[in-house]
This record gives sequence, structure tokens and C-alpha cells, in this order.
Amino acid sequence: MNRTRVARILGNGLAYLLLTAGALLVILPFLWTVSSSLKTPAQLHAWPPEWIPRPVMWSNYVRAWTLLPFDRFLLNSIVLSIVIPLIQIALAATAAYAFARLQFRGRDALFLLYLGTMMIPGHVTLIPNFLIVKWLGWVNTYQALIIPPLFRGSMVFGTFLLRQYFLTIPHELEDAARIDGCSRWGTFWRIILPNSKPALATMAIIAFKTEWNTFLWPLVTINDYRKMPIQVGLSYFKSAADTQWEVVLAGTTIALIPIILVFLFGQRYFLKGMVHSGFGGK
Amino acid sequence: MSRSSQPMGKRPRLNLRRQDTIAAWTFLAPNLAGFSVFMLFAVAMSLWLAFQEWDLLTPARFVGLANFRKILTGDPHFWRVMGNTVYFAVGLVPLCIATSLGLAVALNRAIKGISFYRAAFYLPSVTATIGISVIWTWLLNPEYGLINYALSWLGFTDLPQWLYSTTWAKPALIAMRVWQQSGYYMLMFLAGLQTIPDHLYEAAEVDGAGRWSKFRHITLPLLSPTTFLVSVLLIIDSFNIFESVYMMTQGGPGGSTETILYYIYTNGFQLFRMGYASALAWVLFVIIFTLTLVQFWAQRKWVHYE
Repeated sequence: MNRTRVARILGNGLAYLLLTAGALLVILPFLWTVSSSLKTPAQLHAWPPEWIPRPVMWSNYVRAWTLLPFDRFLLNSIVLSIVIPLIQIALAATAAYAFARLQFRGRDALFLLYLGTMMIPGHVTLIPNFLIVKWLGWVNTYQALIIPPLFRGSMVFGTFLLRQYFLTIPHELEDAARIDGCSRWGTFWRIILPNSKPALATMAIIAFKTEWNTFLWPLVTINDYRKMPIQVGLSYFKSAADTQWEVVLAGTTIALIPIILVFLFGQRYFLKGMVHSGFGGK
Repeated sequence: MSRSSQPMGKRPRLNLRRQDTIAAWTFLAPNLAGFSVFMLFAVAMSLWLAFQEWDLLTPARFVGLANFRKILTGDPHFWRVMGNTVYFAVGLVPLCIATSLGLAVALNRAIKGISFYRAAFYLPSVTATIGISVIWTWLLNPEYGLINYALSWLGFTDLPQWLYSTTWAKPALIAMRVWQQSGYYMLMFLAGLQTIPDHLYEAAEVDGAGRWSKFRHITLPLLSPTTFLVSVLLIIDSFNIFESVYMMTQGGPGGSTETILYYIYTNGFQLFRMGYASALAWVLFVIIFTLTLVQFWAQRKWVHYE
């Protein structure tokens, strides 16, 4: 008995050691980035490297900001990362309700076909969607940034997630409202949606993350700085600032902070989406 | 059961199904309309494009199977980028499984601070690959980077040039990806570990099983459905490497890190070969699809479902 206790304590100690080393490996690059972004060029190239910036060069951030319009990049990304998830949730929730609760011919076949589109990888639809956008005259517009990205695999997945969630809401709740003369829309709006807040929040936060980090689509459709979201802006910025690494890293820090904040505050929704679905965040 | 409690008297029962049908299509219309254009029509168009030659300036020209024939027999560059992509997959899949499984096993116990570690490991997978790529380009800087500093501190001399070296650029990109993604797959393993009942381990302990034999004979087999899912996702992931290559190496040095997706991008959006890029996209799709099917077929041999 005593031996197993000793073994357990040893095992936990070993686990702590491994986990702490791992956590340091993960966190140090981030801290190193922030530290480097506040250094003078001379200190940046000091050998051996120094951790504490002396003096603290806040002006690197000003230089980053004057080089390219980070305020526009951030504003664009914030708007896109809120507007796209909101529309996606509206479209996914209504479709999920139809798939979960309404009776109509061909429902299950349609649902399967709908789910099947998840197998189509983004790289297959990239070129045709670019051409569609070009025909519509949407190159360099916000329509291009908002409308085609709504209909990605992640929305199919969101619809699936919400449908599964709606199925767990007891029919009795809805039936009571129907007896009181509530329409289908009314039960959806007043019964189903308010009872699905956790699933909606999970979908919202995962969609936010996807939009904040999106890169390839805006890269090919936008070349006007004023309409660029942050990741594409950052990639242009990296070439513009070239070898001034203190400025490059200041820009990178600006781009990373919002999503890290969202992660810290919305962590449990990320984890929920992950654990419940097995695919969260993809 | 729910059918019997529909509203009585107010509306004729016969119409309920019709009402449902109308409501359903109204609820579905906006979603399905968008998907018809940007998914179904786009897929059809991509198929059509794969049989054309089109540079967007002159009209598209039907070329039959010429694009596919060129990919498979007349384009050494395609095999080069496929080789690179396979190199990435072969490096990434086992390494990522090993680190994420290791972290999950270490984390799956009653110790303090679990939520801190879990959050720390998960964090890099939430942050954008573009930003992570910039950070790692700086870390991997041969002269001033933290990584070479750490190596020299450990006593290594003759340090790698990382992203400037045809030998070391690929391992560097793999290391970055393992660093970024392990926390994500760790969470999947953690969820899998928590479904293994304690009494199995207790029974094994009574029989005198050691730590390793418990891991080997209980944890690994019972975790195999998760391992299977993780390896399917990881293979898809490693065939889709693009952003890190775009940001860190632009496919270089000497084409040593150019992946298939990067090759599709340059063909489509820098050389404006719409037909050829679409054909490449379908070849990639077929490869990923086949690999996934093979994994589903092979799982019967090693995945244990209860």
C-alpha cells in the first residue's frame, strides 16, 4: 500500500515536471515576442539575448502603426469576426430547427446531402469562388469578405451541432406554446433559441476564432489596405517592415492580443465546443 | 407523442404537415441558397475548370484530360511538392500524436493547476498561424534567435541555418506545427482518457501490473478510437499546410518547403493557370480522400470499440 503511494507521489512529481517544462516552452515564445517588440535594435541583436527591454521602446508600436494602418486592419477584423458569426448563427439555427423539428418530405436525405458538403475541402472551392466574386464585381469589397465565407464547412458543422442540441430540448416545452397559438417561428424564437444559449455561444466563439484567423480568402480577394483584415495586413506588414524585427514583432503583438483575450475570457466555450463535438475550433 | 398534442380546434389537422413543409423551406431557404452558389455550383465549376486551359485573359479552352496527364507524367515539380508534403505528413503525424498523448497522460490526474496547464497548451492552436509564423521566423533566426541560443547554451556548435537551409527548413516547419497543434489534440486525447473506467486500472493493479503494462494493455487499446480520429485529422491537416510556408519560406529555400497547397496557390493566383490549379486541387482532394478511406479500412485491425 505504502509503495503505491510513493509511486503515485513520484508519478505526480514527474508529471508536474513534464507539464511545467511544456508550459514554459509554450509561453516563452509569446513573452519573448512581447519583450523583443519593446527593445532597441541594438538590444534586439544582443548576444547572449536579454529578456528585459532597457529602455522600453513603446515607440516601436507607434512606428508599426504609422507604417501600415493597423487601426483599419483591427477594425475590419473586429467587424468581420462579429458580423459573419452572427449571420452564420442565424442561418444555421433556422436550418437546424427545420432539420430537427419540422416534418417534410426528403428531410433526412437533404440533411445527409447537406452534411456531405463538409467533405469538400476549401481548396476545391477557392478558385471558382474567386471567379464568381470577380464576375459579380466584388473584388476588393466587403461583400467578398462577408458573403462567400458564410458558407464554409464550419457553418455546416454549426448547423449539425445546433440540430443535435435542439433535439435534446423536450418537445413538451414547444407543444405547450403551440397550444397557446404560437407559430413555428414563435416557438423557434421564444422556446428553442433561449434554451440553446450554451450551444449558440460555443458556435459563436469558434466562428469568431475562425474569422479572426482567416487568411487565404481575403489574401486573394482584397488588395486595398483599407479593407484588409488583420492577418492579411500582418503579412503585408511583415514585408513592409522587412528586417526591422522590433517593429515586425510589435505589429505581431497587436495582431495576437485580441484573440488571446477572447480565449482567456471564453475559454470554457472553446473547451465545450471541443469536447462535445470532437472537432471544436476546426 | 408530440403529434398527438398539436393544437386542437384552431386549425384543421390536415393542414399541419403542409404548414410544416412551408415553414421548413422558409427556414432553410437562405442557408441552402448560399450553399447552392458557393458550394455546389462552385464544386461543379471547379470540375469544369479542371478540363480547361484558362489564363483569364484569353477565353477558356477545353483540353480534355491534358491537365491531369501533365500533373501525373509531365510535371516534375508536382512530384517535388508531393514529396515535400509527404515528408511533412510523415514527420508531423507521429510527432504530434506522441506529444499530445504524452501531455494528455501527464494531465489526466488529480493534481492542482490542471486548468492552467490545459489553457497554456491549448493557447497556440487558437492563435493565428500567420502571427505564429512571424514569431517562429524570429525564434529560428540563425544569428539572434532564441532556439540557436538555447542550442549553443546546451553545448552544440555548428548550429543549423534553419529556414535558410534545404536540410533544416522542413524539420523547422514541422517543429513549429507540433508546437502549435499539440495542445489541440491533447484535449481530444484527454476527453478520450476520461472515458476509461478506473476499475480497469484497479483490477490490473491487483494483478500486479506495472505502470507501463497498464498503459500498454489498457490505455492504448481503449484510447484507440481517439487515436484513430486524431490521425485522420492530422493527415488532412498536414496535406493542407499553406500559411506557415507562405509566411516563413515562400516555398524556399530552393523549393524545399513548397507544399501541394502552396503550389495550387501559385498556379492559380500568381501564374493565373485557372484550369491547371483546379486540376491540382482535385488531385489533392482525391489523395486526401483515399488516405482517409484507407485509414477507415485499416482501423478494423487496430481500433477497439467497446
